[in-house]
Amino acid sequence: MSKHIDDSIETERYELFEQPHYLFNLEIERRNFFKLLGGGLVLVFALDALAQESGGRQEGESGRRAGNNSTPKEIGGWLHIGEDGSITTFTGKVEFGQNIRTSLSQVVAEELRVPLGSVHLTMGDTDLTPFDMGTFGSRTTPTMAPQLRKAAAAAREALIDLAAEQWKVERSALTVRDGRVINEKSKDSIDFGMLTKGQKLLKVITDTTPVTPVDQWKISGKSVTKVNGRDLVTGKHRYTSDTKRPDMLFGKVVRPSAFNASLVSVNSAEAEYIQGVKVVRDGSFIGVTAPNAQLASRAASAIKAEWKAEAQPSSKELFDYLRKQSSPSPQGNVRGSIAEGLAVADKKLEQTYTVAYIAHAPLEPRAAVAEWNNGRLTVWTGTQRPFGVRGELAEAFRIPEDRVRVIVPDTGSGYGGKHTGDVAIEAARLAQAAGKPVKLLWTREEEFTWAYFRPAGIIDVSSGVRNDGTITAWEFHNYNSGSSGIQHRYDLANQKIVFHQAKSPLRQGSYRGLAATANHFAREVHIDELARAVKMDPLELRLKNLKDERMKAVLNAAAKSFGWGKAKPNQNTGFGISGGFEKGGYVATCAEVSVDRTSGAIKLVRVVEAFECGAIVNPDQLKNQIEGSVVMAIGGAMFEAIEFENGAIVNAKFSRYRVPRFSDCPVIETVLVDRKDLPSAGAGETPIVGLAPAVGNAIFDATGVRLRSLPMAPNGLKS
Amino acid sequence: MERISEIYVNGTRLKVDADAERSLLSVLRDDLDLTGSKYGCGEGQCGACTVLIDGQAVRSCITKIRGVVGKKIITIEGIEKNGRLHPLQEAFLEADAMQCGYCTPGMIMSGVALLSKNPNPTEAEIIRSMEGNVCRCGTYPRIVSAIRKASQSKGVVVSTKTE
Repeated sequence: MSKHIDDSIETERYELFEQPHYLFNLEIERRNFFKLLGGGLVLVFALDALAQESGGRQEGESGRRAGNNSTPKEIGGWLHIGEDGSITTFTGKVEFGQNIRTSLSQVVAEELRVPLGSVHLTMGDTDLTPFDMGTFGSRTTPTMAPQLRKAAAAAREALIDLAAEQWKVERSALTVRDGRVINEKSKDSIDFGMLTKGQKLLKVITDTTPVTPVDQWKISGKSVTKVNGRDLVTGKHRYTSDTKRPDMLFGKVVRPSAFNASLVSVNSAEAEYIQGVKVVRDGSFIGVTAPNAQLASRAASAIKAEWKAEAQPSSKELFDYLRKQSSPSPQGNVRGSIAEGLAVADKKLEQTYTVAYIAHAPLEPRAAVAEWNNGRLTVWTGTQRPFGVRGELAEAFRIPEDRVRVIVPDTGSGYGGKHTGDVAIEAARLAQAAGKPVKLLWTREEEFTWAYFRPAGIIDVSSGVRNDGTITAWEFHNYNSGSSGIQHRYDLANQKIVFHQAKSPLRQGSYRGLAATANHFAREVHIDELARAVKMDPLELRLKNLKDERMKAVLNAAAKSFGWGKAKPNQNTGFGISGGFEKGGYVATCAEVSVDRTSGAIKLVRVVEAFECGAIVNPDQLKNQIEGSVVMAIGGAMFEAIEFENGAIVNAKFSRYRVPRFSDCPVIETVLVDRKDLPSAGAGETPIVGLAPAVGNAIFDATGVRLRSLPMAPNGLKS
Repeated sequence: MERISEIYVNGTRLKVDADAERSLLSVLRDDLDLTGSKYGCGEGQCGACTVLIDGQAVRSCITKIRGVVGKKIITIEGIEKNGRLHPLQEAFLEADAMQCGYCTPGMIMSGVALLSKNPNPTEAEIIRSMEGNVCRCGTYPRIVSAIRKASQSKGVVVSTKTE
């Protein structure tokens, strides 16, 4: 992996560092495109040309890693207009529910002046789409959307050129509307297919292509429903788990008794005796294939395997363990002097906050269908990194990457949990042994156990504040959970902010928002504590320490909509507020809770969340992402926690691991702050960070009880 | 081992040859290729596999096919009539009551069962009735709106008649 890529990935994406990555030798060759796509017009968005123009390399979001070989182009996206006028856009991004199939279609339809329904998007197929590092980090909207927008704008201009040539008129006389090039004077018009018929035109475009100004957007910036919504409500859409191949077998993997266990002995005689069952053993991998899933399960449970594992820490001793296992001499972000800041403080405060491991628990557990044909491997799997998983497969089977194809059907969610290729490799190994396609579906228990978790962590904060609300000192140490969102927008003279890596007892990795949730929880609760210490309104104290106008704007927007400062309806009600910034988005959250003093039950009554991510592409889908983030955040804030003991997960099922349900939802109001003058940032992650601190602060407001550990109240306040 | 040779699904008698102990979900998905009903947990906790059996919402992942022989099974594939979506499917589209869509078939089937019994549920009744269905993307408020919206339209009751 190049240095450049290392820098652009947050430290806590541990799963991405587990395996080496590979170079992809993609050549833009005219004949390849047309062999693949048929004739017509192809627009290629070239990233390396763009980088040369702008005097440096763009962020490595979507381009092939540069390496030393500068000849091949780096491609962001491409777009094809077929001889029949069909419009297909190709992107390595994948759809996991964040609605980019629709929002990317919107920008293409906008620039090509066609109805939304006439744009088809081919996503996440390593044979058909350009290299992409992965769909994570809220990067689709800020990076992929502008590339596809430019490709579509260039296609529109190229179509005008073709029409001008055909009609022998000035191109300035021509416009594009409703999928046709129109001569406004003569009223002649021609559709795209007529123009591209018999053509094999390849255009490489760069950043200079002019696009439609934001104030003239007709399709982007509007709420449209999902382009494939009908397939979802009818059950027609085929997820990976619904994929079928001719002669397909079903697979099942025999799991170790504990994490990091080694295999001592296996007796698979009984399983091998079952008709149609094949047992596959390779090192410590044991799996079976069978004509149906039931037989595969029966065969797997008939295999007697003995495993050996070292004693491992349990969730009860987690935080002591992490602190002891943390790195001793970390660097950090230091400004001013903590000692001087504390010396001028009227009040000083030291507190510790903790967050538990939680699971992504995507409703579609990991799944793969693998098929070998003449030494070529094709795998359908729901991963957020199709090209990364291709690399993992190539490495696992010691074959070149060009003999591996990964296809990602629109997937039953991931939230950062589906970055790795574990299930794809297992299915491919079984298919290789069986000589037939194999489907492997992880059970819910496997999904809870053998995937990776959002890192647990401990955060120590010590601070000083003057009676006028000025925060004079801010020292912040995060152990293990990660550094995303560890920096803040407050204007503080003296601060020291350090992330300490630690040895995690569980496999850990990316999760929606990464450590920004943990860091915002600790920071925004601590700031509430400071406000209480100097008897100041928590919103007022925040505003006093802020110069960032965008941060102030969302705080004020949320407060206004919530009615911050209004009287509480009764003594069992509490109000809380929090603010945050991450991945280019600003968020402010106000929460109202109601506490039952007899039972200790906490009810989230109302949440108002203001969000600003630059110019808005699709307002209703943005709201949907914010609402979804708020609901998902309730789980980690209130009751989700992975329990583990000696290398095994204790609560690996929905009946033992509580996720948010209908009755947990408060009234959710979103306030969209639309900044058409600013580039669009992603919105799938940052809206998740504000809920936990706002609710924690509201619980304190209602009860005087300060909760400093996530989850805050797995059994209500009685716990 | 006892085997089941026929079940009634979406108004049609369908031939199967399946072990009576198998789950209805696996027979629907793997034998009949009706993959709209989803596996989410295997313990009846998430509702992704919900189908109607004689009009009742049932978790097909924990329902053995032995128990559904001769009963009227309706899956998500069976509520669209002559190319016209069920009002609740329409309402889901209008309210954008989905993100990844994996829970959607189960949500719709649970909602259809509710509306068949109670064509005008209150919000509290909707929440109580839908509590067993999980949406990890967190679209619950939109699903409640979709059910409320559908409750105001005609034709929400799904016929369980078989031919």
